[in-house]
Amino acid sequence: MFTTKAFIKKNKVGNYLKHVREHYIRDDISCGLQECETCLPVESFLSPDHENKCSLFTSNHYLILDTNVVLDQMDILEESVIGNVIILHTVLNEVKHRSLPIYKRLCAVIENPSRHFYVFINDHHQGTYLQQNEGELINDYNDRCIRAACSWYINHAPKQKFVFLTDDSANRIKAQKEDIPSYTVSEYVQNLNTSGLTDKLSRKDFHGNDFTKDVFPNHLSNVELLTGIREGKLLQGTFRASRDNFLEGFVNVDSYEEPVIVQGRAGLNRSVDGDTVAVELLKEEEWVCPSEIILEDEGVGDESVDDVVTKENELQKATKKKSGAKPTGRVVGIIRRKWRQYCGILQGGIDGVYQMFVPADKSIPKIKIETRQAEFLRTQKLIVTIDSWPKHSRYPHGHFVRALGNIGDQTTENEVILLEHDVPHSQFSEEVLNCLPKMPWIITDDDVKKRVDLRHLDICSVDPPGCTDIDDALHCRPLADGKLEVGVHIADVSHFIRPGTPLDREAASRATTVYLVNNRIDMVPALLSSNLCSLRGGEERFAFSCIWEMDQNANILSTRFHKSIIKSRKAMTYEEAQLIIDDKTKQDALAEALRSLNKLAKIMKQRRLVNGALVLASPEVKIQMDSETMEPLDVEVKKLFETNSMIEEFMLQANISVAEKILEEFPDCAMLRRHPVPPATNFDPLVKAGRHLGFEIRVDSGKNLAKSLDEAVNTKNPYLNTMFRILATRCMLQAVYFVSGTYQKEEYFHYGLAVPLYTHFTSPIRRYADIIVHRLLAVICGADSTYPDLLDKNKTTELCQNLNYRNRMAQYAGRASIAFNTHGNYKMRKVTCCMSVKTPCKFLYHDMAWNVPYLWPKKAKRPIFLNTMKRTRHKKPEVWLFTLLTPL
Amino acid sequence: MSKNRELLSKIGLRQDGRRADELRRIRCKLGVFTEPDGSAYLEQGLTKVLAAVYGPHQVRGSRSKAQHDSAVVNCQFSMAVFSTGERKKRPRGDRKSTEISIHLRQALTAAIKVELYPWTQIDVYVEVLHADGGIYPACVNAATLALIDAGIPLKEYVCACTASLANNDVPLLDVSHQEEIIGGPTLTVAALPMSGKIVLMEMSQRFHVDHLQKVLDKALQGCKDIKSILDEAVKSHIQDVGSSTGWASTT
Repeated sequence: MFTTKAFIKKNKVGNYLKHVREHYIRDDISCGLQECETCLPVESFLSPDHENKCSLFTSNHYLILDTNVVLDQMDILEESVIGNVIILHTVLNEVKHRSLPIYKRLCAVIENPSRHFYVFINDHHQGTYLQQNEGELINDYNDRCIRAACSWYINHAPKQKFVFLTDDSANRIKAQKEDIPSYTVSEYVQNLNTSGLTDKLSRKDFHGNDFTKDVFPNHLSNVELLTGIREGKLLQGTFRASRDNFLEGFVNVDSYEEPVIVQGRAGLNRSVDGDTVAVELLKEEEWVCPSEIILEDEGVGDESVDDVVTKENELQKATKKKSGAKPTGRVVGIIRRKWRQYCGILQGGIDGVYQMFVPADKSIPKIKIETRQAEFLRTQKLIVTIDSWPKHSRYPHGHFVRALGNIGDQTTENEVILLEHDVPHSQFSEEVLNCLPKMPWIITDDDVKKRVDLRHLDICSVDPPGCTDIDDALHCRPLADGKLEVGVHIADVSHFIRPGTPLDREAASRATTVYLVNNRIDMVPALLSSNLCSLRGGEERFAFSCIWEMDQNANILSTRFHKSIIKSRKAMTYEEAQLIIDDKTKQDALAEALRSLNKLAKIMKQRRLVNGALVLASPEVKIQMDSETMEPLDVEVKKLFETNSMIEEFMLQANISVAEKILEEFPDCAMLRRHPVPPATNFDPLVKAGRHLGFEIRVDSGKNLAKSLDEAVNTKNPYLNTMFRILATRCMLQAVYFVSGTYQKEEYFHYGLAVPLYTHFTSPIRRYADIIVHRLLAVICGADSTYPDLLDKNKTTELCQNLNYRNRMAQYAGRASIAFNTHGNYKMRKVTCCMSVKTPCKFLYHDMAWNVPYLWPKKAKRPIFLNTMKRTRHKKPEVWLFTLLTPL
Repeated sequence: MSKNRELLSKIGLRQDGRRADELRRIRCKLGVFTEPDGSAYLEQGLTKVLAAVYGPHQVRGSRSKAQHDSAVVNCQFSMAVFSTGERKKRPRGDRKSTEISIHLRQALTAAIKVELYPWTQIDVYVEVLHADGGIYPACVNAATLALIDAGIPLKEYVCACTASLANNDVPLLDVSHQEEIIGGPTLTVAALPMSGKIVLMEMSQRFHVDHLQKVLDKALQGCKDIKSILDEAVKSHIQDVGSSTGWASTT
């Protein structure tokens, strides 16, 4: 059967065009019921064995859902008590159209066989297809289609029971008239014999009585917003809430250089961090400057707003200055919500079913939820999602999704960090583990034939202590006529991870190994990461080698790449390697090699710095853990040896050499890494700080920046320079992966390293980008063949986007973990700090970007980093004494 | 927009409700005009094409084009102004139509027994009434029917079909306009389906050589399917014509 769909659409230029599409109606679409004998048998997860236990019905039944149920009550649908659900194609399409995240969650449920979901393609089925009537709204048409499908099922399988769930009362009444048993979700869920499920119901119907006073002004309607934006009366931007002040936020508007400040209840008007909002600018005389005070929401869940009013007044006083006022506005409407699921805890001291949820992320407001298990939940970290924020309610309304575990447990806190940063951290599935090589793994003659045998070379690896995923090793030996042969050997992960396998897909989705303080979330299973790929000392391993011939001045004379077999003589730590280099009595081949490498590295580093590479400080913090309880004991800044920079230099050089090679052979599908030049305005805070302290920081080029940073030294205050460098780090943009064909050649530049081409090659165990680069390089060496996705520019671009996102999140997660543990380190002991003699200091800060814990006493002009202080314990156990090593 | 749309849904249906290996509906009619020597009308989905054949006749224009051992096949392709969503004046002889004309000639010359008519010319005019993807294959198929209607000896049917690749894995048959927009490489094949010879092959985008074989196989299968549909139409047309002249009753 055949029909056409015709519709009229407006094109970009503004012309109205008529589109006609074919629409085939089929007779071979199955109903999916196992008991059905008339339909063609088809793979369906619907099962007569599953029973929906609802006390409204005496017998088992199948569920058919309306679109609004899927959109609003996804948390309920993810519960395994609900099964045997028929999802109509109309519903699926509408969900996809309305909300992609929900659609993805729905697909995950549909694909899970144990959930017994089935997709019925009603819009191509000859019995359920309906023609859209003239003038009929698309929503009404969809509702009609859904009801028609319900009726069809009831007639098709008269022995079975079908229940239609919808929260749309008009649709429900119509359905009941057509003799379709239909209920609302809350009616249905309340009669399920499972406790705790009602907490998860999303509530849109909080209607206060008519006398409740509005707490917030009205939002404008969509049409008003759109016309306002088009006419330039309103500005569109992303709302960012302040972390320190719950009554303040900023809206980043494209056309404005500086963000627009919004303040107070009326100013914020129910926007939540991340939302796309419309703001109206106030008159210039009403503009304020950003507040510097800290305000916390101390509300306890009732709807009174008296405490907020006092705080608003306080805020107004604090920000009403004539000088330094910035553009200020107020939010008049929300264009798009960016609500997600939030981790956090319940606020204590509230009785009743309505509880206050305090998100871990300070920029998110407290959320009001309804629960009957508050006692238990108070001990737990939970996940909550926002459902609505009506104007008469002081807080957004949400519902409980699930509990993560006891508050304060290391595992729970890690889980929170991983969830908040969207890090995939489930166990590797059976399917993935099946892709691993079978143990015991041995090197066959065939392998030896395909690779260059480098087992005779004195290769060694240098890594941080406790490192089990060693992905790089080095060697250096003198050649005739004074030249040197330097080799970088990288674990050959692409030998084990073949393209297209489940293992490969999993690694691509994880993109990177995530390092938390006391945990590591591997990108590939441990068998590979810590054993077969890890270049451990004294074991024969497969490697991908990049070998240079260099002269004594570290000039590269030739480069070659090949797959090899190596046997590392020793896996050393930075400290061990440093000791060997410094110990003049050691004269063996390994020591000599290390010394030559170190010498070359120094020359290379110098050359790089002259070219304008930046040295930016980010003192990495190391946290000592108690090995039994996994409680953090102490924080120290990581020590750096010469050998750290030695390894770094050779890795950089290897990456650069590989980048040149793969770009030459694959001009439009090589995976490279670029670091864009930051816009000049990014440097404003740095320049300002410099000028304030009497230094001219020049930011017109990377080279000048590096130079002026070097010059900004105050002999009295050695930390000043570090602070400048930390500040400079914050001005930078993120370095990103990209595909060579998608950018102009000039844009390949890596600003931080000051090299025209760069990629990642040296850590395939913990980064997926390196695996792709390995595969490209293997094709060039003739060691492997290409596969379709490797050469597909669009596919690789998609992959890059995922890699960039995951990398950023992994970085944030790592920092959050350090922050939690350093915080925990002091906070759990209720620190009252005593500065030098008698300066009490309440605030212990931990700035994520600076990566160092620091104190900022109220009277001090600048923060004091913990590494400049000696910490001793006071006789009272909860008090720490800090003695300054450098004067204030 | 194209990102949210998939060529082939997880359930295995395409945007318009077809499965991956199904052709669009083909309807055709021979002998639609009286003026030309042969004519045909063909619908492939919503793509609608008219074809008319004149000849073989004396070579018109410059006599030097005439060949001593074969007939000259002259093809002219054009699209009606109303054939696409946007009304557009389409001058004859623009790049696109010249290209399709040349491709048409290549495919038809391979099928026509040109050696039977030296010093002559065969004109094939094709007009697209509605374009909805797969224009070229529809033109080839319509032209074949028109040639048969004109009684010009052919080696065999020449049929064309497109195929694409969904989700980088599944070959799709007979691509519609909507699917062309969503993306994916389109492979156009014109073949002599009975002998399995390929007379023309064109790709809109590159794809990996690993996929080529399965997409090509799918396209060739499509050509064979189309051939049987055309064959059916020719038989019923001849029956109609035959019965009206009276000789069908002798069977």
